[in-house]
Amino acid sequence: MKKLASTWYNMAIVLTVIAIVAGAGLAYVNSITKDTIAQIKKENEEQAIKDVLKDNQVKITKTEEVDGMTVYSAENGSVAVKAVDPQNASFGGDLTIMVGFDKEGKILGYSVLETKETPGLGAKAGDWFQEGGKGSIIGMTPGVNNITVSKDGGEVDAITASTITSRSFLRAVNAAHASAFKTGADVETSATQQN
Amino acid sequence: MNYMKVLLNGIIKENPTFVLLLGMCPTLGTTSSALNGMSMGLATMAVLICSNFVISLIKNLIPDMVRIPSFIVVIASLVTILQMCLQAYVPDVYASLGLFIPLIVVNCIILGRAEAFAAKNNPVASIFDGIGMGLGFTIALTLLGGVRELLGTGKVFGFELFPDSYGALVFVLAPGAFIALGYLIAIVNKIKKA
Repeated sequence: MKKLASTWYNMAIVLTVIAIVAGAGLAYVNSITKDTIAQIKKENEEQAIKDVLKDNQVKITKTEEVDGMTVYSAENGSVAVKAVDPQNASFGGDLTIMVGFDKEGKILGYSVLETKETPGLGAKAGDWFQEGGKGSIIGMTPGVNNITVSKDGGEVDAITASTITSRSFLRAVNAAHASAFKTGADVETSATQQN
Repeated sequence: MNYMKVLLNGIIKENPTFVLLLGMCPTLGTTSSALNGMSMGLATMAVLICSNFVISLIKNLIPDMVRIPSFIVVIASLVTILQMCLQAYVPDVYASLGLFIPLIVVNCIILGRAEAFAAKNNPVASIFDGIGMGLGFTIALTLLGGVRELLGTGKVFGFELFPDSYGALVFVLAPGAFIALGYLIAIVNKIKKA
């Protein structure tokens, strides 16, 4: 078969047809994989809530959206928060994490849900801040402890060569704490002031 | 057409990384460990085989002047399909590879082979070229990843050979990639000439 000549007519037709076929193919694959992907995401989140609250039988009694974060309140007063860095200033796109606090606001655990950080560097955030990790934040309380990297005068060791990721991660942790304890804390302070 | 020759061509004589020096961005960026390098190589190979095959099938339907945009659309679609399938059916692989997959679109090996091979040869030969080039790329990336991981952290594929504290962090970072790649290319050239 002879190659099609590069006339305007041929080029326009060919490009249009290719784009339509590619678009249709993508739409089809998307339609069959969409539900499975959503399902996996949901399972991961449920698992992450259990992980960060260190409680496999945890019962979530309330789910609400606060300042763009999703706050899951558990029966025993602990809270898991799905949070992103409020400044969106991580090294490689959004860094989405799940952080668990007990009812006093102490960090019970965390898990990284979505990350586009550099493998081998920023992507270490998944282990680095865990208990026994070099920059463990477990057991700290935002507001009581200064949860920023030591370079900024805080108490947390940043990931080696990934200060930007570390800062972004810790901002997300602090933001999570702020949205989780916003309503409760506000009510208490205003009550005290009124008295 | 000798298919075996086409296959070996990609692995040794025209190894995309060590000889053609194509696809340097993913080569330098994703080889911080042997496993990362191998994963990137295999994902690229999967796309390369499919794109070579598809482009070789439709090569006569595409006017010369719009061949590059047409190839790019085909490649980008294949990559996106691969990404969605991985995400849905093998979430574990996706979790470790997720970041690299969109990068495959801009890998010039794939466009380069579409242009240099698939657009001039039959579909079967193009598949063999895809396998050969893909294997060559995978081997090179695994090797480079292994060297960097060993020098940087003392491990290969996660197995510890010497303690982390003796590792030179520079090899995990970008400059180490350039240094390690330079030495590997020198060694490969030496072996080839001998």
